[in-house]
Amino acid sequence: MKAKSPLEIYRLLPQTNCGECGFDTCMSFAAHLIDRSAKPTQCKPLVEAAKKDENARKKLQQIEELVAPEIAEVVIGTGDYAVKIGGEDVLHRHELTFFNPTAFFYDIPDTLDDKEIDERCSKVVEYKKFYVGKFLTVEGMAVRCVSGDAKRFRDVVRRVAGYGRPMILVSLDAECMRSALEVVADKRPLIYAATEDNWKEFLKLALEFKVPITLRSKDLNTLKSLAVTFKNAGIKDIVLDPVTEPLGEGLRGTFERVIQLRRTAINGDKDVAYPIMVTPISAWVIEGDDVAKAYWECVIGAMFIVKYADIMIFKSLEPWAIMPLVVLRQNIYTDPRVPVQVEPGLRKIGNPNENSPVMITTNFALTYYTVESDLTSAKIDCWLLVLDTGGICVEAAVAGGQFTASGVKELMKRTKIEEKVKHRYLIIPGLAARLKSAIEDETGWKVLVGPIDSGRIKGWLEQNWPPKNGQ
Amino acid sequence: MKIEDFFKMLKKYNVEELEGVTIEGDIEIEIEGGATILPLIQALAKELGMAAYHLARASKILGFPVEQLFGGELKLEVIEKKLEKKEELPQELIKAEFKPYTAKFPGKIQEVTLGATPKEGGTRKYTITVGGERSLPFYFFDAEQPHLPVITIDVFDKPVPFPKAVREHYEDVMDNPVEWAEKAVKDFGADMVTIHLISTDPTLDDTPIHEAVKTVEDILQSVKCPIVVGGSGNKEKDPLLLEKVAEIAEGERVLLASATLDSDWERIANAAKKHNHVVLAWTQLDINAQKTLNKYLLKKAGLPPENLIMDPTTAPLGYGLDYAFSNMERIRLAALKGDADLAFPISSGTTNAWGAREAWMKESPISGDTSWGARELRGPLWEIITGLTLALAGVDIFMMLHPASVAVIKDVISMLGGKSKESVDKDWLVVA
Repeated sequence: MKAKSPLEIYRLLPQTNCGECGFDTCMSFAAHLIDRSAKPTQCKPLVEAAKKDENARKKLQQIEELVAPEIAEVVIGTGDYAVKIGGEDVLHRHELTFFNPTAFFYDIPDTLDDKEIDERCSKVVEYKKFYVGKFLTVEGMAVRCVSGDAKRFRDVVRRVAGYGRPMILVSLDAECMRSALEVVADKRPLIYAATEDNWKEFLKLALEFKVPITLRSKDLNTLKSLAVTFKNAGIKDIVLDPVTEPLGEGLRGTFERVIQLRRTAINGDKDVAYPIMVTPISAWVIEGDDVAKAYWECVIGAMFIVKYADIMIFKSLEPWAIMPLVVLRQNIYTDPRVPVQVEPGLRKIGNPNENSPVMITTNFALTYYTVESDLTSAKIDCWLLVLDTGGICVEAAVAGGQFTASGVKELMKRTKIEEKVKHRYLIIPGLAARLKSAIEDETGWKVLVGPIDSGRIKGWLEQNWPPKNGQ
Repeated sequence: MKIEDFFKMLKKYNVEELEGVTIEGDIEIEIEGGATILPLIQALAKELGMAAYHLARASKILGFPVEQLFGGELKLEVIEKKLEKKEELPQELIKAEFKPYTAKFPGKIQEVTLGATPKEGGTRKYTITVGGERSLPFYFFDAEQPHLPVITIDVFDKPVPFPKAVREHYEDVMDNPVEWAEKAVKDFGADMVTIHLISTDPTLDDTPIHEAVKTVEDILQSVKCPIVVGGSGNKEKDPLLLEKVAEIAEGERVLLASATLDSDWERIANAAKKHNHVVLAWTQLDINAQKTLNKYLLKKAGLPPENLIMDPTTAPLGYGLDYAFSNMERIRLAALKGDADLAFPISSGTTNAWGAREAWMKESPISGDTSWGARELRGPLWEIITGLTLALAGVDIFMMLHPASVAVIKDVISMLGGKSKESVDKDWLVVA
């Protein structure tokens, strides 16, 4: 963003500290605008004034310009599943955060039969991976014209559109593209792609159907020329594809192109400040079996999730190939400014009673949600104590002194757990085994060392609960 | 500005459309919702025929109170509207030159050599040098990178409970660390091996130090690559153990793993100095702690900078990889920007990836999850992606486990490192 200091924005605000934006002072609001945790339109007095007063309107516009992200934002699709890409401001996530996670699209060639198309689409829309309290999903379908038949392409596009997810339409042939756009342009698909050869026809399509467009060239001078030409012709929603080459020198060149595009854009070249597309599906041109290709597709995917790709097209829908990438994407796009903790205290899992087991874990969000969902999935009724370890996982908290016997005692006292159960057994995580006797000494409760992974708690309980005499 | 100039301006900027006024075709004008428009404007708009374009910018530049002309109420905004006439479309690409940004950093990462040949006072067949970067990893367009990252495969001095996907590759050598090391080098292409003396752990076998170090001697005899020697993680015993290792491996430039802030780092550093070895400085996801430990080792213990490598901790994919990545990236950037206390090669315990349940568990224990798929494929991928992510943050040495993961990371390094000339020309658009 252009603004480097909250002061640049503060001077344009009403400076009344009215608090309507949700922050105490205009200066604090300005600071939140700078780190993109607030939007200019949250300043209601200014928005109101702008409706009547030209001066206020200009100020609001100036603020919008000052806080606009360096990389343009492009929306693909419509409605609840519309996906926003781009909008980045930094090269390294620790400098602020990355904002719009890389969008994942999956290849649907129009040469598949309808049953195969439905199978692939279902896999895309149904994919779910539970992680830190919610399910990770993938975004949409890239329908690819392989048949060269405009009618077939249109039919497949219409069929895929029925799934209601964002789409990329893939064809370098303007007639095929037009045929598809005639039926789905109102769904705001991303079209792929204008090249040095077909750009005139594709420019016409983008203008006529008002859809976002991908520009494709391995040569960055050409890519920039395309971008300048399209922008000049009135196209705002542009995605750049510097062409993904999967192997050897080609991969190295791709790495350089992607990094140079983003780095040069962030450092002020507005003509290339657009979202970047990378196509891990390129891995499928190499020789080898399907597993080798899918592996390499994951490698390319991971490389460019870390380095600046805003949107990707994949082929493999194998869950073992999708899972590491949705998790990596979540990791890289997690806001490093937000602590990943949950509220410490006592949680009821299922319907626990006075004989139900009592377990303890930490308040690191990842640990907590994993344990909670494991217990719920295994249909276990129990009491779960959540210890404040400052958002650190069990193993590190035991080593680092945030998971201590006295901390456990204090938590048990505060939550009055002894009033909730008749027994006096506490199940601790396997990774906290070394605290067993310390906790017993401190609390007077008998400590049972549970499994190292809460995914195994069910089998463990079958063996160890209720506790046998003398244990 | 006179009204006359205003209309000149409209003409000049090829004014196309005003909000509230739609100009259709050549001359027809529709007026929306009661906005009052000066008849003069109306007439002239007709005459102009074309619509407003770039007006807002122009009026702003000239400071002209345009809205007054429209009776004050009308909000004047330019809507970019492209005429759908063929002759309006560009016929040629507007030529633009892409001028890539380049970064020049003042700092340089310390070069550290592991292993020593007979000429250098050791018995290794070859040595390995890491470090020397002047740019972010694989940013050859910024600066040459004299050394590419290397891989050391983990060997343990007693059988360990590995996940199935890993176990099947080491089952035959698991109770013989020497054969294990040989297999890692010969069959799996390890650049180095790491022998973890975990049996010394007082809560495991509590193997006496003088006995445990025999394994190191045997491995030095059987493989000819540089080696890493690790302890059990016991804060009291490890410094004593590594001190002994340093003594028996005199002159071999072994990487001693690890010195930590809460152990006797000084003992380890002194042993490394005395017997010519390299110290691995291990901290837990904390750039400031890393800086402190490095300073202690360099300044308090007097360890020469060419004898220091850092392990800022590898958290697996899904289990803190974001912290590990940003921590390493910050360390590397700080070093390149000139922080000499952090300008050392980075080592990653990539094997930690196998701690993630997604790497080894047979199936998701969570109802609602899509099936996780074959674990023998998922596990190695977890290790690959953990390693690859951190490679992009600046890792110089990967400590790894699964042979498939090792092979893939080697490929990535060689390709990004410019050592692989293979290439394919086929376009994915035609993939069946």
